[in-house]
Amino acid sequence: MEYLKKYPKLFQWLFLLAVFFGLCFAIDVPETYKFIRGQAEFVKDPNQSVYFFLGKEVRYYAFDVFWRLPPLLGWLPIWINDSLFFLMNEWMPMEFWNEDTQEFKTRPLLLQISRNLTSFMTFLIELIREILLGGLETIVAFTSWDFIDAYPWLELPGLPWTIVAAGATILSFKLSGKGLALFAGLTMIYISVFGQWKPSMQTLSFILVAAPLSFIFGLGLGIAAYKSKRVEKALYPILLVMQTMPQYAVLVPALVLFGVGDHAAVIITMVVAVPPMILLTILGLRAIPPEVIEAGRMSGCTNWQLMVKVLIPTARRDILIGVNQVIMVCFSMAVISAFIGAKGLGFNLLLALNQLNIGLALEAGLCISLIAILLDKMSLAWANKQTDYFGNLTFFQRNKNIIFFAASVVIGIILAYVGTFIFKGSFNYLFEVPHNKGISTADFWNKGVDWIFDTFFVYIKAFNTWLIVDVLQPMRALYLRMPAVATLVLVVGAGYIIGGIRSALVVCGLTLFIALSPWWDRALVTFYMATFGVVVSCLIGFTVGTLCFQNKKSAAFMLGVCDIFQTFPSFVYLIPVMMLFGITDTSVLIAVIVYATIPATRYTIEGLRSVPIGLHEAATMSGVNKFQRLTKIEFPLAFPHMMLGLNQTIVFALFMVIIGAFIGTEDLGQYILKALSDKNGAGIGLTLGICVAFIGLIFDNLIRTWVGQRKKQLGID
Amino acid sequence: MSETVIKCESVFKIFGENAKKMLEEANGKVDAKTFQEKGCIVGVNNASFEVAKGEMLVVMGLSGSGKSTLLRCISRLTDATGGKIFIEGQDLLELNNKELIDLRRNKMGMVFQSFALLPHKTVVENIAFPLQVKGTSTEDSISRAMEMVKLVGLDGRENYFPRELSGGQQQRVGIARSLAVEPDIWFLDEPFSALDPLIRKEMQDEFLRLQEKLQKTIMFITHDFDEALKLADRIAIMKDGIIEQLDTPANIVLNPATEYVRKFTEEVPREKVLVIEDVMDAPSKDNLGDLKVSKDEIIENVAEKILTQEKNVEVIDSNNNVVGSIKPSKIIDTVFGGRKNGS
Repeated sequence: MEYLKKYPKLFQWLFLLAVFFGLCFAIDVPETYKFIRGQAEFVKDPNQSVYFFLGKEVRYYAFDVFWRLPPLLGWLPIWINDSLFFLMNEWMPMEFWNEDTQEFKTRPLLLQISRNLTSFMTFLIELIREILLGGLETIVAFTSWDFIDAYPWLELPGLPWTIVAAGATILSFKLSGKGLALFAGLTMIYISVFGQWKPSMQTLSFILVAAPLSFIFGLGLGIAAYKSKRVEKALYPILLVMQTMPQYAVLVPALVLFGVGDHAAVIITMVVAVPPMILLTILGLRAIPPEVIEAGRMSGCTNWQLMVKVLIPTARRDILIGVNQVIMVCFSMAVISAFIGAKGLGFNLLLALNQLNIGLALEAGLCISLIAILLDKMSLAWANKQTDYFGNLTFFQRNKNIIFFAASVVIGIILAYVGTFIFKGSFNYLFEVPHNKGISTADFWNKGVDWIFDTFFVYIKAFNTWLIVDVLQPMRALYLRMPAVATLVLVVGAGYIIGGIRSALVVCGLTLFIALSPWWDRALVTFYMATFGVVVSCLIGFTVGTLCFQNKKSAAFMLGVCDIFQTFPSFVYLIPVMMLFGITDTSVLIAVIVYATIPATRYTIEGLRSVPIGLHEAATMSGVNKFQRLTKIEFPLAFPHMMLGLNQTIVFALFMVIIGAFIGTEDLGQYILKALSDKNGAGIGLTLGICVAFIGLIFDNLIRTWVGQRKKQLGID
Repeated sequence: MSETVIKCESVFKIFGENAKKMLEEANGKVDAKTFQEKGCIVGVNNASFEVAKGEMLVVMGLSGSGKSTLLRCISRLTDATGGKIFIEGQDLLELNNKELIDLRRNKMGMVFQSFALLPHKTVVENIAFPLQVKGTSTEDSISRAMEMVKLVGLDGRENYFPRELSGGQQQRVGIARSLAVEPDIWFLDEPFSALDPLIRKEMQDEFLRLQEKLQKTIMFITHDFDEALKLADRIAIMKDGIIEQLDTPANIVLNPATEYVRKFTEEVPREKVLVIEDVMDAPSKDNLGDLKVSKDEIIENVAEKILTQEKNVEVIDSNNNVVGSIKPSKIIDTVFGGRKNGS
């Protein structure tokens, strides 16, 4: 009894676990139950049960309610799909003037809006692409093909790559200094020399359209949410879901609404990139000291002046960090959008991976990674740059960057012109190195991969077999063996113990949504892969983080490494693992582990770092040794922050598991991939995305509630 | 009596959801405790006072006493829950947004504890900010701001950014900014609290010098009783939102109205606060010496002169009329005796 009083929570947990395992053993596996693979469920099987809701037919295998809940939400994807179809193709038909056929045509309103929007986006992308790469679509858009035929010189030649490279170098120099400038220059030269110029510029033009638009919308919505509680409350759940929704899943509805191609990708990229911008805008505006706002008011600012002249400039850094986020999200979407036909590096990467040409994939991947690092460093440098005073400088000093750029334009044009004489008959390498006509190391890498396979095949195979047969399959079987009711009890119980009735209800709602969707089994598989990844990642991350923390230099170095790895679009991680482990679950899991270890390591170091110096000194003066200090002082205090790292680790792991479907897993991600090529996939894709987001949110809710309480107890914030 | 610039009539500020309704029900008698039980926090409780033109009213209180809230009610950075506030006869709470902005642009200046400078603007741009917001041309506003830079002694640093200045210098910028539009009313919210003691003293002297020159109507907030004594024409001492006493420094030291006020006055060196007039006796011819002192002298400044005299000293006013006399023993009594009484 004394123990019970001393550790009430511990006994609650034990009781919960006892109930959970009790339920697991009490409920038998139904004889008819088997994990449904592939297309089987779409075949009309007489054993299936059927119900109708809202006129939609839902077919499913019925089991004991305790074992698996019936998919009462099975109508939802079909309904979403039909509604979208109805909205796009039948709702509110109106007369619209058609420019091409010169007559009025009847079209549904939403379709027309979507078409106008997409054509506007296409125009923007084309415009920037033609500045970077040359072309004539933009001019044709304003004139006509006949006009171009009459004046062929109007065709834009595009900027020579030398000028773009010089521009990037000068901009980097202005933002940060020599180091970044050197990196920018080398990156650009690498891209060009290795023949990735065209796809890179296509990707860049995509970002140049998506990022500014996302920034404007995000800033606007962020300000609106800052000013009005109601707007904030309305936005909050959307922001929350979007943060844990795999980027991959939003692609599917985009297909239906906007079709295939760059324009659809840009629009959907905005959907993904706006939420972080909103969050950081709100955060930045909230962080402004109230006295600064009062000073603005007392200076006689109108609301508009207060916003433009006081609030936004004061929150500049946070807002620019938001810009950094926007750029990075846009970039990773630019890669993933290859799945819905966006051109650029992502498309090449996807193609290479599909052909199993690891060498080509590696080159594209390296290119993507370099650009990602460059964009990240440049935008961060911009955010951290302090305004300088220019009043006392001469004209040359003030405008030297512009002057240098103008000079490089002139030199670039001359070089390109000279190039026409040097490279007569072949490609003008001083103007543009055509795609795949530069140096290629693909063969080298491919041979390397072959060599690895030849040499280590036995070991890799043995490891693979061991992992799959002895670890993964039993684990998977255990997860699938959980009756739905037991899982529900476990999750809700945990919610209740951690956060009381409120948390329990939220978590219960989220879990029920998944349990009542038709994909509970798949969700379990997703969950098992994520769990495996998270456990290993945390073990590695916490250990590496703790070890690196012992020394200031190694801690800073490790954080830098985390920074760099975090900028890579998740898709890139699949290349090396496919190279080493081929197409297996092991590959996916290793990618998951690598990707999810980043936040685990980062948060461990940051958490340990945040322990106040005073406490260190107090501990040292009490005579603790290093190990005691770590276990008695640093870990307990850093633990809440490390738990936030766990939260991030889970989200990262889920993202990667979903993308891993590209290699071939049997989880929710595979269905999302399938939905991408399915004409009626929109509803399925969206519902699946929400399912994944909800898995993330369940843990998000539990961990955040716990961390909040713990931080309050410890008095740190 | 010169004209009244700020006038408060039973001003209340209560934070909480049903504050307005609860205040109406309380019928002018607000008890902080009962309000707190119902989830409301009383910031300012029934404050009534006037500030005359050119006068400096120092509001003194510890943190949480509602002094800053009171100031924010008068500058209408927050809206008072009840009561009336008049600025030069205008009902402040009746003003619409545009009139309020107009009032702030032309009549009011405010200095903040944390300086509240705009981090992205240079010293001169910060000072010119209120003018530019008003629509003054860049050239005019900058030249006016440069005058202010000189006034607060920051010449040569006008192109620095706030992050490059020390605390004292930053507050000089804050002061200059608040004075840029030549306001009649000057609000200072603990302007020197964030500075270290040496700089604080320097800034107080600087502030007195400025006020001598400018003669603004001032509301000055502080939690430092010594600062209040040093600067004030009158002091208002606040506790839990209530003004405990509002009087001249001398009267507060000599006749504390409540126990709470007395606690502050105990440790105050009286000779630094009181003037001869406060302690003199009626004129008498007994044992009179040659020395004459003005009734407005602070005791500390003349104590040595009086104490070296064996005889009584005559007290005169500015027109050289005799208004009283003082014994040396009285000075000793004031300097040493007062504190004993208090404890």
